[in-house]
Amino acid sequence: MEANAAQEHGPAHASPNYLLIWVVLAVLTMAEVGVAFLAHIPKRVLVLILVGLAVWKALLVAMYYMHLKFEPRRLWLITAAPLPLAVILVVIVLAEKW
Amino acid sequence: MSNAASATMERGTSGFGVYNMKLGMWVFLLSEVMFFTGLIGAYIILRFARPEQFAQPGAVLNVPLTAGNTFLLICSSMTMVKAFAEIERGNQKGLKLYLVLTALIGMMFVGVQAIEYYKLAHEGFVPLAKLYAAHGRHGAEGAVLGGPLYGATFYTMTGFHGTHVSIGVACLWFTVYKAFKGGYTKENYGGVESMGLYWHFVDLVWIILFTIVYLI
Repeated sequence: MEANAAQEHGPAHASPNYLLIWVVLAVLTMAEVGVAFLAHIPKRVLVLILVGLAVWKALLVAMYYMHLKFEPRRLWLITAAPLPLAVILVVIVLAEKW
Repeated sequence: MSNAASATMERGTSGFGVYNMKLGMWVFLLSEVMFFTGLIGAYIILRFARPEQFAQPGAVLNVPLTAGNTFLLICSSMTMVKAFAEIERGNQKGLKLYLVLTALIGMMFVGVQAIEYYKLAHEGFVPLAKLYAAHGRHGAEGAVLGGPLYGATFYTMTGFHGTHVSIGVACLWFTVYKAFKGGYTKENYGGVESMGLYWHFVDLVWIILFTIVYLI
C-alpha cells in the first residue's frame, strides 16, 4: 500500500514560494479594505475593483495553495465545470438590475 | 483479493491523472462551489430588490475586526500548505507543527466570528425578522442600519461558512491525531493533501464572502 502510494501521487510538482503568496494575499486584503472606504470612487467602479481584487486573491489560493497550477489539465476540466453556471447565475441576476 | 490489490482499488489513480481520494475531494468541493454560488446569488437578488434593507460597509458590521479575521484565515492557509510541503519532504516534525498551528488559527477564526455575532446580536442585528421587531429595528431605518433581510442573508452566508470552518477544524484535529500516530509518510500523504484542499477552499470562499458581504 505504501509502495503504491508514491506512484498514485504522480510526479512531484514545483514548490511555489508560499510565504511570498501569503504576503501578496495580506497586501491585497489591506488594499481591499482601503479601497472600500474611499468615498469619492463611483460605486460601480468600486465594485469592479473589489471583485477584481477578490478574484485575484481566490486565483492565488487555487493556483498555488491548492496546487491547481501543477495539476493535470484533465483535472482543470472538472474544476472549470461549475464556473460557467456560477457566472451565468450572477450575470442574469445583474442583468435584472442594469 | 489481496490486501495490496484492495488498497490499490481504494486509493488507485483515476482517469484524471490524480489519485481517487484527491479527485473525490475536488468533486465534493465543486458541489460546494454551486452551494455557495446559490447563497451569493440569493444575496445579490435580495440586495437589488430591497436596497433600503442593506447598510453601507462599516455602518453595522465591524469591518476592521473581520479584516483581521480574514488575515487569520489567510495565515492558516499558509500554515496548511506548509504542513503539506513538509510531509512531501518527509519531515514529520514540520508536518505536526504546521498542522497544529493551522487548527489553532482555525479555532481563533471561529472564536472571533462568535464574538462578532455576540456583539452584533447585542446591538440588535439579528437573523430573524421577528427578533428584529423585538429589538425595535425595522426596515424603515434600514438605509443606515439595515433591515430584516440584511440580518437573514448575513447570518445565513457567514453562518454556513463558519460551519464549514468548524467542521474543518474538527477534521484538522483528527489529521493532527493521525500525524502524531505516524499515519502520514513521504509516500503516503493523501489525507494531508485532501485536508489541505478543503481548508484552502474554505479560505477561498471567505475571500469572496468578505468582499461581497463586508466591503460592497
